[in-house]
Amino acid sequence: MKSSGIIAAAAILVLPSLAMAADKPAAPAAAQPVLSPTAKGKALASDVNKGNCLACHMMADGEVPGNFGPPLSQMKERYPDKAALHKQISDATILNPKSIMPPFGKHGVLTDSEIDQIIEYLYTL
Amino acid sequence: MKKTLQKRLFTGALVLMTAVMGGQPAHAAVNKYQAMVAADVKKFQAYFHKEFPDVKLDEFANGVYALDEDARKQWKEMEEFPPYELDVEAGKAIFNKPFANGKSLASCFPSGGAVRGKYPYFDEKRKQVVTLEMAINDCRVANGEKPYPGFKGDLAKVSAYMAYISRGQKIDVKVNSAAAYKAYLKGKAFFYGKRGQLNMSCSGCHMEYAGRQLRSELMSPALGHTTHFPVFRSKWGEIGTLHKRYAGCNDNIGAKPFAEQSEEYRDLEYFQTIMSNGLKFNGPASRK
Ligand code: HEC
Ligand code: HEC
Repeated sequence: MKSSGIIAAAAILVLPSLAMAADKPAAPAAAQPVLSPTAKGKALASDVNKGNCLACHMMADGEVPGNFGPPLSQMKERYPDKAALHKQISDATILNPKSIMPPFGKHGVLTDSEIDQIIEYLYTL
Repeated sequence: MKKTLQKRLFTGALVLMTAVMGGQPAHAAVNKYQAMVAADVKKFQAYFHKEFPDVKLDEFANGVYALDEDARKQWKEMEEFPPYELDVEAGKAIFNKPFANGKSLASCFPSGGAVRGKYPYFDEKRKQVVTLEMAINDCRVANGEKPYPGFKGDLAKVSAYMAYISRGQKIDVKVNSAAAYKAYLKGKAFFYGKRGQLNMSCSGCHMEYAGRQLRSELMSPALGHTTHFPVFRSKWGEIGTLHKRYAGCNDNIGAKPFAEQSEEYRDLEYFQTIMSNGLKFNGPASRK
């Protein structure tokens, strides 16, 4: 089946088809510009193949946000405990078993360190 | 004795009921499966009426265009020169074209093929759900032709033609046996079940969050989902079947898509169409 076209065109929730290797450090950084954890987190949160948080949440100036979930703002104030935020992103079904939010960590969409980078970005919101 | 009295009273009531119902035995009026299913349908439709009190039942056949005025305007413009028009014409030609044995699809279907309203149904002999697309391919195979491959092309075109000449037929899909009810329950479990890497269900997106925005996409209500297929979708650039759409939605959440006319998708189509009982078939349609 030719599904790649559908995915690319749909530009909604898409996921990495590659199985995620465990928490490995990224490939040699030489070729890539060096990004701060906050910038990396922002990129991961916007990437349709990664967090794609914008599909469901308003986040600062992120373009065409969805509205399945609440706007993500004042995150540092509301989540002083990073572990609680990590838990929500890693497996939202712990708090709400019926949650539609994908269990990013549990299902291997994001690694632990990627979630940590997203949290650095969320703390700027 | 008390018991005999009860029995007499009961028989008396039965006679009365039989008289009222014009000689029909009471149990034949509604079988128990049909009654359970009807209760589900009522609940399902009530949910959407509550969520969207301004949308009339028939309007749910138009997907997101029943919810959003701007999108509706653009869609109405698109429908002035329907992008599926050529496919309907091509489908008509295919429908009447003789097979190698001299027969044609037209020899398999009554009413010149205006039979959309009869599908899907549960075939009690074959013990499975038969969809329109399946019946089209069954006819080809019975006449020594190869079945059409799925999702698009000739299969979608013939289906579009048959839907077009059947527009306005009422949806009234029945569940009359234990085996039919089992297929219905399988479709229901598929609809409500979470699946794939993103752990999402059809009901999550198309029921709980119907009318919300997923990035730039407005989520259509599941009520009315199967009325208007096949669909010419701008994103596809061609006409495709309902099962193509199912496969796309599965794919988008990292779940395994099933094949055209797989048992999984036929059961899902059976369930979804039953949930839309009371609406009218209005395919083919255009979507963005
Ligand atoms: C498919 C939709 C969807 C996606 C994608 C999604 N979320 Fe959520 N999120 C929700 C919903 C819905 C809620 C509301 C709570 C619930 O139902 O679990 C929520 C709740 C949250 C909360 C708690 C909200 C609050 O204000 O306390 C946080 C934090 C959060 N999401 C972060 C994220 C991050 C970060 C990402 C991307 C990595 C993400 N979400 C992706 C749907 C989504
Ligand atoms: C991640 C969210 C999501 C999930 C999960 C999902 N869909 Fe969809 N679906 C969409 C989007 C987005 C569209 C295009 C906009 C629309 O019409 O709703 C769509 C469109 C459709 C349509 C076409 C509607 C029309 O009017 O033509 C059907 C039918 C459909 N989905 C059925 C399903 C079924 C059945 C499932 C489960 C197997 C499912 N979807 C799961 C997001 C989803």
